[in-house]
Amino acid sequence: MNTAGFPLLSLLTFLPLVGAAIILFVRGEEAAIASNARWTALWTSLITFGLSLILWFQFDKTTAAFQFVEKLDWMPEFGLGYYMGVDGISVLFVLLSTALTPLCILSSWEAVQNRVREYMVAFLVLETMMVGMFSSLDMVMFYIFFEGVLIPMFLIIGVWGGARRVYAAYKLFLYTLLGSLLMLLAMLVLWYEAGTSSIPALFELHLPPTLQVWLFLAFLASFAVKVPMWPVHTWLPDAHVEAPTAGSVILAGVLLKMGAYGFLRFSLPLLPQATEWFAPLIFALSVIAVVYTSLVALAQEDMKKLIAYSSVAHMGIVTIGIFTLNHQGISGAIFQMLSHGVVSGALFLCVGVLYDRVHSREIARYGGVAKIMPAYAMVFMLFTMGSVALPGTAGFPGEFLVIVGAWHASPWVALGAGLGMILGAAYMLYLYRRVVFSKITREDLKALLDLSPREYVTFAPLVLLTLWMGVYPSSFLSFFEASVAALVTRHEAAMALPRLAGM
Amino acid sequence: MNWTLILPELALALSGLAALVAGVLPRRDTSFAINMAVLGGLLLAGVLVLAQPEGVAFGGQYVSDAFTRFVKLLVVAGAGLGLLVALDWNAKEGLAKFEYPLLLLFSTLGMMVMISANDLIALYMGLELLSLSLYVIAAFNRDSERSAESGLKYFVLGSLASGLLLYGSSLIYGFSGSTNFDRIADAVGAASGAPFGLVIGLVFVLAALAFKVSAVPFHMWTPDVYEGAPTPVTAFFASAPKVAAIALLARVAAGPFGDLVAQWQQVIILASLGSMILGALAAIGQKNIKRLMAYSSIGHVGYALMGLAVGSELGLRGLLLYIAIYLFTNVGAFAVLVAMRRKGRALEGVDDLAGLGKTDPAMALAMTLFMLSMAGIPPLAGFFGKLYVFLAAVQGGYWVLAVVGVLTSAISAYYYLRVIKVMYFDSGDALDPRPTSLSVVLAGTGLFTIFFFLFPAPFLAAAQAAVNALVG
Repeated sequence: MNTAGFPLLSLLTFLPLVGAAIILFVRGEEAAIASNARWTALWTSLITFGLSLILWFQFDKTTAAFQFVEKLDWMPEFGLGYYMGVDGISVLFVLLSTALTPLCILSSWEAVQNRVREYMVAFLVLETMMVGMFSSLDMVMFYIFFEGVLIPMFLIIGVWGGARRVYAAYKLFLYTLLGSLLMLLAMLVLWYEAGTSSIPALFELHLPPTLQVWLFLAFLASFAVKVPMWPVHTWLPDAHVEAPTAGSVILAGVLLKMGAYGFLRFSLPLLPQATEWFAPLIFALSVIAVVYTSLVALAQEDMKKLIAYSSVAHMGIVTIGIFTLNHQGISGAIFQMLSHGVVSGALFLCVGVLYDRVHSREIARYGGVAKIMPAYAMVFMLFTMGSVALPGTAGFPGEFLVIVGAWHASPWVALGAGLGMILGAAYMLYLYRRVVFSKITREDLKALLDLSPREYVTFAPLVLLTLWMGVYPSSFLSFFEASVAALVTRHEAAMALPRLAGM
Repeated sequence: MNWTLILPELALALSGLAALVAGVLPRRDTSFAINMAVLGGLLLAGVLVLAQPEGVAFGGQYVSDAFTRFVKLLVVAGAGLGLLVALDWNAKEGLAKFEYPLLLLFSTLGMMVMISANDLIALYMGLELLSLSLYVIAAFNRDSERSAESGLKYFVLGSLASGLLLYGSSLIYGFSGSTNFDRIADAVGAASGAPFGLVIGLVFVLAALAFKVSAVPFHMWTPDVYEGAPTPVTAFFASAPKVAAIALLARVAAGPFGDLVAQWQQVIILASLGSMILGALAAIGQKNIKRLMAYSSIGHVGYALMGLAVGSELGLRGLLLYIAIYLFTNVGAFAVLVAMRRKGRALEGVDDLAGLGKTDPAMALAMTLFMLSMAGIPPLAGFFGKLYVFLAAVQGGYWVLAVVGVLTSAISAYYYLRVIKVMYFDSGDALDPRPTSLSVVLAGTGLFTIFFFLFPAPFLAAAQAAVNALVG
């Protein structure tokens, strides 16, 4: 069946649902239910993560082909199938999703006290959707998981979020839905043109350039919202600020990657001419995003909002990298997605640590935290450096590669991306200085406790990953080496084809 | 004469008459027994429909094929669920009279006749039997001013529609020389071209049927009637008769007038666009959840008609799937509305659902599924309904329909989400415990909504067979 010998990806996808079902059927006292729900969710996600490690060890890095493939007929007369598989581009995102979920559950251990059962169910369903999305090789399945993410996320923000949670939840849902529905139309066209919804089969399709343009725009509507790109990024700061800590972690860590992943999976391989044609537009939007949102981040008073804007800037670098359409740029973009997933997730956890203790995200509320919480200050600093892209941390290789790739495309774009790095250093260090250094001005801060054992456990893997990715990026880059090379080759081959009429 | 062909209708009519006698004669209250008997009758009719052979009877007046079987099964299921939903409500409101199940039964009979009609006269008879029963049950809570008003309003406007239908039929008869669908099809497909009077007659018929399905611009009665009628009646209105009327519209348009597709297509496209837009926009401001569902149902008619508007086999299949999925999610959602009762008093405000996520998590979860399914969020059933009509629109190149459908889906998601928001994000008091009959309906329709994606194949196959029978 596949290299694992059993349907590994299906297991990874649906195991969390089994955990969710168990939690749903727990009966008893409120406290007992809560505790049961926490432990069941944690163990489910840990087992899922453990299983997903098989991907890490058994993935064949020398080929760009899809691996761990599972294929079943679902509606054969329409060319619809149950089709799972990963290649170098998606495999690490599956791992990222399975790795972040247990950390999220751990981080909400004490922070979430009401409706614990529903909360845990929502997270496990979310994990199913994320893993399913990254391992779908069927367009309709991809869409189902892509959209399905919205349901648990809407509830997580709406039920356990902050003061303006309803507004934020609506904004997230409606922005994303509108974009995705346009993408659905594009997918229907592809489905109709190819007679099948299997993504690898679609790679063989050569579409006329005019059609490509329309399809590209429809896909862009969905992915740009999800990434998010300027000017449709405004849902993100709201969603981040109102979401509970773990919700922010997943949002920044995995959900934002879905849009960029969509570009890599659909726009680039299926619509080469349109991609080439629209690349300058994407560059322009991305550079604006990088510079503008970095400046906005500088002016923020709210920690989460600042990190949210920094996410938009970092994702701008990712989209620049993807549309350079060369090896360094795309590799850098994927690496940046992974490192941003780890680092920004960790930064949100850092904010969560303070929020759990003081119940404020206002920067001015803090100051001098280093004196009372030295271990925390250390951890926070590492992730700040990761976000600034200091060499030796996770942020550096990705941004470096993107800038190298962008230089090939256009020095001006490289300049924009470089500017983002400088501004990134400015706002992150400014944030760090205001929160962690300077004098303690508030009396109540003096009573704060440093990291608890549970928080150490939560941060330890992220610290490790941040350093590992920074010091020895090859162990990650090697995963998508072959797939990116194949993607670039295919793109160049498609561009070398005689130009068709209409463009 | 092949009278065994109409066995399902015959069985239903006879059990209805028997139940009528059983209801009138004894002095004590027999309403529960009659409810169960009618349920049995519907079940029997369903089984007979499954076993019904294909063919034509009564000199071409009556037809039985895969299409009629598909729709009749839906209608019978819708009527059965409608009856279950009403059981507890009627008991609590003091409306547990034996007439209710009987009227439901006779309206179902009317629907079955009109679905199987292969002749304008048979069609009219079926439609009138349906409509007359519906007028009465709309006003079933006769001591309530709103219920009476709703019944009267429905009656006056419904009669107008019937008049349009009759006038259109007479024009068609005049210009084609027959009321039989097959002869009309011959006249329409004549080498000399269809006479212009026939087209005018067709437009009248379409207008009348658009009224029955409450498509824009003939939708005005819907919110008022839905709001005024007792909630279980509304649940029934929005499910079985609507599905039957949409199917009938498809049958008339694609069957006898199949060759006039270029003519009726314009009408249907406009009705579809209008319904989708109105359904999405007008529901946003509604505070009464029954009104909200009324506008939502107008929107759904728009999506279903999109399948007809593209005028392809694929579109018809999309339409049939859409109405099947709509029927079950809609009954489920209305079952929640019927259960909305606090201290014995029935509630109708969207805000009355507040806190349901905490006080009755199971029902809130079911309602969430129904709402998201109606919004077309995968992997729920409603997504597949939309998927197939959009697919047909895209294949036919009807970009305006597809794009408007997409935009209105996103807009209508707003008000579906509002229901979820009220249930989970707001807090409120507990509702009265929900009766078992509603739990059964909720469980059945909820499971259908969530697990449809696992077994779409039999539904698709049945819909495909139905389309093949229709287009022939």
